[in-house]
Amino acid sequence: MSILVIAEHDNTSLKADTLKTVSAAQKIGGDITLLVAGFNCQEVVNAAANVNSICKVIACDNQAYEHQLAENISSLVVELATDYEHILAAALTTGKNFMPRVAALLDVAQISDIIEVVNSNTFVRPIYAGNAIATVQSLDNKKVITVRTTGFNATETDGSAEIMSLDIITDAGISSHISDELTESERPDLGAAGVVISGGRGMQNGDNFQLLDGIADKLGAAIGASRAAVDAGFVPNDMQVGQTGKIVAPDLYIAVGISGAIQHLAGMKDSKVIVAINKDPEAPIFQVADYGVVADLFEALPELESKL
Amino acid sequence: MKVLVPIKRVIDYNVKVRVKPDNSDVDLANTKMAINPFCEIAVEEAVRLKEAGTVSEIIVVSIGDKSCQEQLRTALALGADRAIQIDTDQSLDALNIAKLLQKIVEEEQPQLIILGKQSIDSDNNQTGQMLAALTGMAQGTFASEVKVEGDKIHVTREVDGGLQTLVLKLPAIVTTDLRLNEPRYASLPNIMKAKRKPLVIKPASDFSINLTARTKLLKVTPPAQRQAGIMLDTIDELIEKLKNEAKVIS
Repeated sequence: MSILVIAEHDNTSLKADTLKTVSAAQKIGGDITLLVAGFNCQEVVNAAANVNSICKVIACDNQAYEHQLAENISSLVVELATDYEHILAAALTTGKNFMPRVAALLDVAQISDIIEVVNSNTFVRPIYAGNAIATVQSLDNKKVITVRTTGFNATETDGSAEIMSLDIITDAGISSHISDELTESERPDLGAAGVVISGGRGMQNGDNFQLLDGIADKLGAAIGASRAAVDAGFVPNDMQVGQTGKIVAPDLYIAVGISGAIQHLAGMKDSKVIVAINKDPEAPIFQVADYGVVADLFEALPELESKL
Repeated sequence: MKVLVPIKRVIDYNVKVRVKPDNSDVDLANTKMAINPFCEIAVEEAVRLKEAGTVSEIIVVSIGDKSCQEQLRTALALGADRAIQIDTDQSLDALNIAKLLQKIVEEEQPQLIILGKQSIDSDNNQTGQMLAALTGMAQGTFASEVKVEGDKIHVTREVDGGLQTLVLKLPAIVTTDLRLNEPRYASLPNIMKAKRKPLVIKPASDFSINLTARTKLLKVTPPAQRQAGIMLDTIDELIEKLKNEAKVIS
């Protein structure tokens, strides 16, 4: 069997999510090809060649792929699809955007957000915001799959696969990129951080999120937020952890002033160790926390920062 | 400009779903159902575009048995002009849903199609993108802002690193994210008025599409439960546990 994995990157670096997607591909079993479609993305191509257990890297370097526009990337993947039984991408906003378009063009179903591979046609995925876990069998001969990367470990990167450059340009010409407004941060990505500290409605306002900064600095943590905090306008939407935001599974997750709505739990309950700090002893977050502290966060946070 | 808004009937988001004892599926018997929250945002956006004078007619469509007429009436009460129910008892994959919607797009020729980005039951996040593929339209998914300008639409999207703005040629497809708008409540007079708005029923079998299932649900289980841990009295204790018991900080 042959598997095509579409690399997640920003034209300069290969995202760790790709390594986890490759690891899902390994569980399916077969020859794995990694596709890097981008613009001026040679560094990504080189990094992709180092990913273990892949046979080759296909590099498509063209301006049409610079912003991963769904119309263009999906046509490219469909051009390449004949050679593969499985097509995989990470279930991040890029893959979620173009993969269903690939599936429909190939006239096959997509299996979204898999967290486990049972065999080459059967997969496990959460439904109802993680309140039920479905085992789904694909009946199509080609399988288009997005991978929830928190379910898989990253594969190693000490390989050296062959690189093949392809000059296929698929520019649909119906969409174009205007601008990006990306959050600048010195901190690690939410999805990749080993420690995440998140604030909820209990933070009371956006300024108070600075109380998390010192702790995040000491722990090398990313800072997240609950949907309530985002909806209240405390922090931007890309900080949201939850079913409709980022799904994270760090070694340590610290929830501060977060009550623990189902929506939020769906985004963090696979973390290894969960700490909850909340002044309400009845908050549902304590039911999933390994360590709970009932305390006023405005006293607890400065104390935690000073003692770390 | 005509806008089409496909909507889905799902379990009410406040209801916690239960898995059937035989693990065949979730149990939706006697459960409160509602319009999918992301679809409601899609209806609201269409109504706002109409109020702004950009849109002249809003058509809502839903696929399911006659119970989904309830959600179509809700959308009509929110401000949609007319409704189409594609009648079927089958539970359909997103691809088959998109194929049926494609037929409605061919009949109605809307300039804009707004859908929710995902339904809160199957959590697939596929239908809008698939419909875009089948109709050859451009797509602006996970939208937090849309602006129609002439024969183009500007869509600001919620992406992993922040926001991205695209410009798409119309006709185009937009899928909604949570922060696109806050849907209104239907007023009583509008609920009454909605009962008289046109609702057409079309049997799915009329569209001569092969609706064979592409996936098979083998089993559904409850998620692994996390054990509640221990409550600590002080921050000192917490730091000690994290260092020496959990060994996640040094």
